[in-house]
Amino acid sequence: MKAIVQLDNLAIGYQLGKGQIKKIATAIQTELFAGELVCLLGPNGAGKSTLIRTLSGMQKPLEGRVLLQGQSIHQLNPRQLARQLSLVLTERVQTGMLSAYEVVALGRYPFTDWTGRLSAADHTIIAQSIEMAGATELASRVMTQLSDGERQKVMVARALAQEPEIMILDEVTAFLDLPRRVEIMQLLRELAHRTGKVILLSTHDMELALRHADRLWLLPKGGPLAVGAPEDLVLNGLFAQAFVSEGVHFDVLSGAFHTPKSAQNAVQLIGEGTAWQWTKRALERIDVEVAPDAPCRIELLADAGGSTWQWVVAEEGNRRVCHSIYELLQVVQAISNDTVLEMSNPKNEQDTHTWDH
Amino acid sequence: MLKTHTATLETASLVSPSETRRAWHWLFFILVFAGGVFFFLLELGIGSISIPLSGVVAALFDLEGADPTWKKIIVELRLPRAIAAAIGGAALGTSGLQLQTLFRNPLADPWALGLTAGSQFGVALVVTTASVVGSSVLEQFSFLSNLGIVAGSSLGCILVLALMVWVSRYVSTITLLIFGLMLGYFAQGLISVILHFTNQTQGKIFSGWNDGNFAGVYWEHFPILIPLTLLGLVSAWILAKPLNALLLGENYARSLGMSIKSARIAALSSAVLLSAPLTAYCGPILFLGLVVPHLARGLFSTSDHKVLMPSVMLLGALIALAADLVVHLPWERHFLHLNAVNAVIGAPVVMWVILRNKHMRSFDA
Repeated sequence: MKAIVQLDNLAIGYQLGKGQIKKIATAIQTELFAGELVCLLGPNGAGKSTLIRTLSGMQKPLEGRVLLQGQSIHQLNPRQLARQLSLVLTERVQTGMLSAYEVVALGRYPFTDWTGRLSAADHTIIAQSIEMAGATELASRVMTQLSDGERQKVMVARALAQEPEIMILDEVTAFLDLPRRVEIMQLLRELAHRTGKVILLSTHDMELALRHADRLWLLPKGGPLAVGAPEDLVLNGLFAQAFVSEGVHFDVLSGAFHTPKSAQNAVQLIGEGTAWQWTKRALERIDVEVAPDAPCRIELLADAGGSTWQWVVAEEGNRRVCHSIYELLQVVQAISNDTVLEMSNPKNEQDTHTWDH
Repeated sequence: MLKTHTATLETASLVSPSETRRAWHWLFFILVFAGGVFFFLLELGIGSISIPLSGVVAALFDLEGADPTWKKIIVELRLPRAIAAAIGGAALGTSGLQLQTLFRNPLADPWALGLTAGSQFGVALVVTTASVVGSSVLEQFSFLSNLGIVAGSSLGCILVLALMVWVSRYVSTITLLIFGLMLGYFAQGLISVILHFTNQTQGKIFSGWNDGNFAGVYWEHFPILIPLTLLGLVSAWILAKPLNALLLGENYARSLGMSIKSARIAALSSAVLLSAPLTAYCGPILFLGLVVPHLARGLFSTSDHKVLMPSVMLLGALIALAADLVVHLPWERHFLHLNAVNAVIGAPVVMWVILRNKHMRSFDA
């Protein structure tokens, strides 16, 4: 594998003013290989932006170097750098009446002369970039008519038209709905593999990053930067550790985050299949654990068609039939209030904390 | 030529509209240019004394049998006025376009940003100083040292511009415009105070200039006005490429290898060159810089500065000539003010821009 970018003993941070320096991470020693999609993850305030800014040449490192094809990017002039490194940012662009094609054509900026005239080769590269980004049907449309997801596709095409060795994307999926986020992520993964470019993406989307990245860069608060395949970082616990201060708990089994709560109650849940899984999820939301030997028993009964269910709750001889999970939760909550109230355990009221997937 | 031709053939399947659009652009360029020539000739022919087209042509090309009175009227009065209007319209339209892109503000222009007010103030200061220090040196405003007022105008313009660039970092789009308008009122107030110290004749001449008029330009002003304005127009045209990149915002422009700082300095200098000398000779001309870029964008339906630059120049010249023509139609009672005509055309366009633009409509732009 060919290392495109090398981070050589890099220390990042920024000036607080009056000679004070805020150090974010030091002694970063890693590299980015051709054709890989790397996702940068980390809790808010860990310094993802500072790292992205340092890698894209917008900000100087405190120590060490960022080498792009063996040259320090902070010594390249802006034009040389733009020919090897392109950016896609979170910000929504307001390009007035430019068409998507014209926006992608701006990617040729570092290659054209002062008139900005595009050669035949330039037009070919623009057309290819648009095609690779899956934006062919958008090309003739005006940017203002495009949705957020379509605009980001155009901006990816524009970044490709710069023919970079490395593309850096900063929180580009932030405005998008889930299907669009998955689409962009798959697109980037495919692009990295097909074109042999390095694609580095900073994101908040932990589940998507875990599923799509070839490697993760994990930046916890206070450093150090951990690098590895997503699964490696999950197994060695670094992933859970990085987000431990966020008030959420990473469940290694399900690969998802939960708000940490101590279960107040337990029930038996008898049944199987998808409905069983979702019932369990619903119960966990109201702090009810599923345990095999609990006194309260819930039986899940599917009808013949398998599309409607009944939940039969049996507790101390009482029996109640519920026809929806919503109804079930109310029944279970009523029972648990009766039995647990005297424990007067102050509940950790974190129900409002929803984790955004 | 051959190279670009093959390029469009190759990508034709992917991007169909660009070629037909280019043809439309050329058609519009030709139409606008023809309209400009038409109004230019009307400017020379129409006035309190009406001169037929044949007379205009005869006077212009010094043909035999040209009426000497007509020739005098055309060459000494109407021709410099028409040239000033054409240059002025082109200059204001171009500077408006640059400032709108640079400040990312659809209502920016030399007037809205207070540059015109800065120029007015600078000129007022020079005139007053001259009258206080030695009125014998400068008997009349129109004979006033050419360079003096241009320098005063430029200095005032640059000072305001520096202030606006600084303020624009901290305030939003609309707030910046309000700031610019307030600067304008402030300058007007100061001008009144300053003029208090000049004599009446000079004050009258100044207030005549302050109304804004292309008729105050004479042949002796052109050696300064034309080169400076041309320099501004040429540099604006050269800046078309970086201005296009700036449409993506400064961060993207920087990532494309563009030096924001030098592009900004170049564009602002060009805007000063286009606005200050013109204001020095013609007084404050309102609305043109603001309106012309919007009309050009609408007519050519593009934001590409490579197309917009020539179109704002041609369209600006056309509109300024037309407005000046309205002013100089043989009105029976009294003459109209140029800025009144500009406001009648311009103010509705501004209202339309505000209503159309989502960001301008609400205050949180």
